[in-house]
Amino acid sequence: MPSDSPPAAIPAPDQPAPNPPSPGELFLAFAKMSLAGFGGVLVWARRGIVEQHRWMTAEEFNETFALCHFLPGPNIVNLSVVFGSRFGGLAGGLAAFAGLIGPPMLIAIVLAALYARFGEIETLRRILAGIACAAVGLLIAVVLRMMMPLVRKRDVAGMLMLMAVFVAIGVLRLPLQVVLLVAVPLSLLITWFLHARGTA
Amino acid sequence: MNATGQFWTLVWTFALMSFFAVGGANSAIPEMHRLAVDVHHWMNDKEFADMFAISQLSPGPNVLIVTLIGYSVAGIFGAVAATLAMCGPTAILAYYVTGFLRRSSASRWPAIVQAALVPLSIGLMGASALILALAADSNWVAALLTIVAAALAVATKLNPFWILAAGGLLGFAGVI
Repeated sequence: MPSDSPPAAIPAPDQPAPNPPSPGELFLAFAKMSLAGFGGVLVWARRGIVEQHRWMTAEEFNETFALCHFLPGPNIVNLSVVFGSRFGGLAGGLAAFAGLIGPPMLIAIVLAALYARFGEIETLRRILAGIACAAVGLLIAVVLRMMMPLVRKRDVAGMLMLMAVFVAIGVLRLPLQVVLLVAVPLSLLITWFLHARGTA
Repeated sequence: MNATGQFWTLVWTFALMSFFAVGGANSAIPEMHRLAVDVHHWMNDKEFADMFAISQLSPGPNVLIVTLIGYSVAGIFGAVAATLAMCGPTAILAYYVTGFLRRSSASRWPAIVQAALVPLSIGLMGASALILALAADSNWVAALLTIVAAALAVATKLNPFWILAAGGLLGFAGVI
């Protein structure tokens, strides 16, 4: 890494980790986090990577996650690839990806097969209906929690964008691509404008 | 449509969708619902709500609802293909973009892009919640259960597993 590079928000890839994990270790570690990660893997990923294995500091983890969060796609999956490849190149990235997705996917396939076979049974239908109602409640809670920082900051522009997307997708049921092709550039422009004026 | 056609529609649908999943898999649920229920008629509203419930019950990342949808359309191959289609392309993108950012001085950009995308992803997840609520809450007792679950999750540190379990128990008891 050249010495004139900026004080990187993202640590250099060649920065020595205390004990860089092998692809096999990465696979196992991500498989464990993923299987423990009931209702979201992020908490467990943080615990495993930062506290248990000490592969990253908390700041490094937050920066890496922030990076993965703004990229499209399932962010924890992105995190596994980015994290794995930082330690083990392509093989490390693939190993972490396979560990994260593989085992829970097998479980999901078994559950899907059971559902296809027994989904019509009245008792099971009732149980699933109850779980679905509760699961929607949990999702609403996540949305409310994520909204709090915007409300506290009185981020009017952000709240307006949020409501516009909610109405376009949730009420008007417009296709996602169409909505985002308008909303993303608009939101970027507004954020950049506010940032440039020094208010952000 | 024949089976092969269905299979490729599935792969193409999720590969394209992944690039528009701003903020993760839960943001893409309205689009999954629109395509799976309204456009391709792969399943009905109730089955879609069931898929969401099962995906929340099983361990692993939220994206696994895609595995369940894939299975119901094209069996095991559909499940694997749909999952890889949803995860693979954006993972490759992440691999290259983070590599690029590490080497460039563009490290100011992620903060701005993230600030711009966060409200959009919350709006999308709100839309997910609305669409799933309309599919799952077929009567006022069900709607009440959803509201109570949300309140409990916001106000307490109760493990979400117990909230789901309570929902399942109430369903079993025939309350809903």
